[in-house]
Amino acid sequence: MTDLKTDKSLYATTAHSKRRSAAEKRFHRLGLAAILIGLCMLGILMTTIVTKGSGAFQQSFATLDIDLLEAKLDKTGNRDPEDLKKVTTFGYAPLIKAAVEQVVETHRIETGLKSKDMAAIISKSAAAQMRYRVLDDPSLIGTTAEFKFLTNSWIDGYLKGRVTRETIGNNKNVSVEQLDFVDRLVGLGIVEKSFNMQFIFGADASDQRPEDAGIGVAMVGSLAMMCVVLLLALPIGVAASVYLEEFAPKNRLTDIIAVNIANLAAVPSIVFGILGLAIFINTLHFPQSAPLVGGLVLTLMTLPTIIISTRAALEAVPPSIRSAALALGASKMQTTFHHVLPLAAPGILTGTILGLAQALGETAPLLLIGMIGYVATNMPETVTQGLLSPNSAMPAQIYEWAKRADPAFYERAWGGIIILLIFLITMNIIAVTLRRRFERRW
Amino acid sequence: MMIYPRPLLVKSGVAPVAVNLFSNCKTNQPGFRARNQVEKINIGFLMLAAGLAVLTTVGIVVSMLFETMNFFSMHSGRDFFFGLSWAPNFHGNSALSILPLLWGTLYISFVALLVAVPLGLFSAIYLSEYASSLTRSMAKPLLEVLAGIPTIVYGLFALVTFGPFLKDMFGPEGFFALGWMNDARSVATAGIVMGIMLIPFVSSLSDDIINAVPQSLRDGSFGLGATRSETIKHVVLPAALPGIVGAILLAASRAIGETMIVVLGAGAIARFTGNPLEALTTVTTRIVSQLTGDGDFNSPETLVAFALGLTLFVLTLGLNIFALYYVRKYREQYE
Repeated sequence: MTDLKTDKSLYATTAHSKRRSAAEKRFHRLGLAAILIGLCMLGILMTTIVTKGSGAFQQSFATLDIDLLEAKLDKTGNRDPEDLKKVTTFGYAPLIKAAVEQVVETHRIETGLKSKDMAAIISKSAAAQMRYRVLDDPSLIGTTAEFKFLTNSWIDGYLKGRVTRETIGNNKNVSVEQLDFVDRLVGLGIVEKSFNMQFIFGADASDQRPEDAGIGVAMVGSLAMMCVVLLLALPIGVAASVYLEEFAPKNRLTDIIAVNIANLAAVPSIVFGILGLAIFINTLHFPQSAPLVGGLVLTLMTLPTIIISTRAALEAVPPSIRSAALALGASKMQTTFHHVLPLAAPGILTGTILGLAQALGETAPLLLIGMIGYVATNMPETVTQGLLSPNSAMPAQIYEWAKRADPAFYERAWGGIIILLIFLITMNIIAVTLRRRFERRW
Repeated sequence: MMIYPRPLLVKSGVAPVAVNLFSNCKTNQPGFRARNQVEKINIGFLMLAAGLAVLTTVGIVVSMLFETMNFFSMHSGRDFFFGLSWAPNFHGNSALSILPLLWGTLYISFVALLVAVPLGLFSAIYLSEYASSLTRSMAKPLLEVLAGIPTIVYGLFALVTFGPFLKDMFGPEGFFALGWMNDARSVATAGIVMGIMLIPFVSSLSDDIINAVPQSLRDGSFGLGATRSETIKHVVLPAALPGIVGAILLAASRAIGETMIVVLGAGAIARFTGNPLEALTTVTTRIVSQLTGDGDFNSPETLVAFALGLTLFVLTLGLNIFALYYVRKYREQYE
């Protein structure tokens, strides 16, 4: 207190007050810095996702005219589908080589490459692509048809700037001569980049063909799981919250259930995966990798979230509504289902959508029930197949690509994240809009 | 949901027959209250739904306890709890000790909290005490976006972007040419990225708690001549401390149970190392690798995952209960 015994005005700065206001400024700046660092990280994360992932939506294609020689594809000449099926993709591969040689000849491209290496710039999926189209339409045999093939992922990476002449070094998959050759083809308009529908709607491909991999099948798997979650978690969650909020006697048991639910919401998601593995797969023998099992596990995981938000929504409905209904002769149950629940619906819906969004992005439990290590190549054809046959899910597919440790697959993984985030952002916007639109202040 | 059996039955053609058949039945008596009976059934369904949540917990504990007991019948509990090495060997005779994994888990969580707690706490203080309402309404939801991003995204970010960046700084051919880091995957890689994810967990909860401190305490402090920061440091924070500790414990429980970031960013080497630039492994990554491998299900190498899972469950549950207890205790003081 000796500080105060001074002849000077209180407004005059002293060493002590200077120190105090400096400390004040420092503290203020620390707070601001913390916020800015947090927002900066968000910015870095988003920029990384967009810059690294947007490449997946573009893909390089080579357009070639292929002579579908009858001598190679249908030796008997009778167009019998059974005979046509006997010609494997190995039978189609030479035709691509011939078409590339044709291009070199007509455009007089000078290159030291062997024709095998020239054809290698085309994806390994090309022969299968041709085979399917010929089997679909055998009348193409003997004619010249135009095909749009994917290029090899290294060539694609070169055209996107991911692979350069300097970085390939002693890479066995691609050579500098091939890049020169591709430059000529780009000049001629034979190889060009265009929008990659196949990435969004296509199926995953083996680790030899990153250029062919798509997230479409995994997206269907995710949607199937979300349907299971919605159909189970919403009714069960609402019923549980209605009981706890409106009917349950206020006793120890109810308290235990409520605390239990709050704790379940914070249990690590991987524990739910272990539960799913032990109960659904090992005990009940459900099929592995099936979206149904994934949906059940995610339901158990999402239930506490939905129950907590539903209870909050029910609690927000004023007691006067309940009193009015009861006074008019409605039973407690009629009051709840005819009056309270409809008024709480927007809040419940918002909570459910947010719970679903959380479930959609969850990966760890899916790993344990076998949704990785499986190449999701076939689009399910029926609803039962969609639920029971092995499939992947978007986050599991992204993890699978990340694990393959190939820059071309990393690009796919970031692209998959963009699609996943678009889903999540849409769901969150819907939830926020619902809340804004229907939120009532009583 | 509401079903009234009587009028429905009378309307349909079969009803009179059915009614005659059961004419002596209780449901036909004038004193019978169908609504009450139907609602009894309904309430049964509601109770069942509420019970499912408890059933889930029981299911988690039972399923893991059962397999854990299987594990301990094949492998010595002494090695699991007190052994010092983790070396699963699919020909049997593995060393399966939780201690090196627990070390990795706690170390990475510690690094994550070292990032998240100061950033989250200072963000919360700034948002609740300094920021204008406009800044607050913009910055708070934006920060919360960090918590809504799926963890696989953070995992990929750690693996492909942040890890290689750290290696470029501290690796043998890095910017500082120190040679401290040999692998892009390390404690720091996973820990710092996880810390970013946890910022909103700390900031949102702390923000709510700081806001709940009565304004009169602040006014009293200002009245005595304290500056804003002095008020925060000596009045607001001590009053909010139990709640903030609760928030930090919840964040810690998230960090311990986090899987995808450590699977992709932390590495797979179980050891005791204090160097944050070296790779370590955690309980969750080992659960994933033991259960997704091709091993025989009934071998200790696979079943150990259940013992690890149970340990993880007990650890996080304990932290949560402790945290909720702390937060509740605080709330009672000002109401």
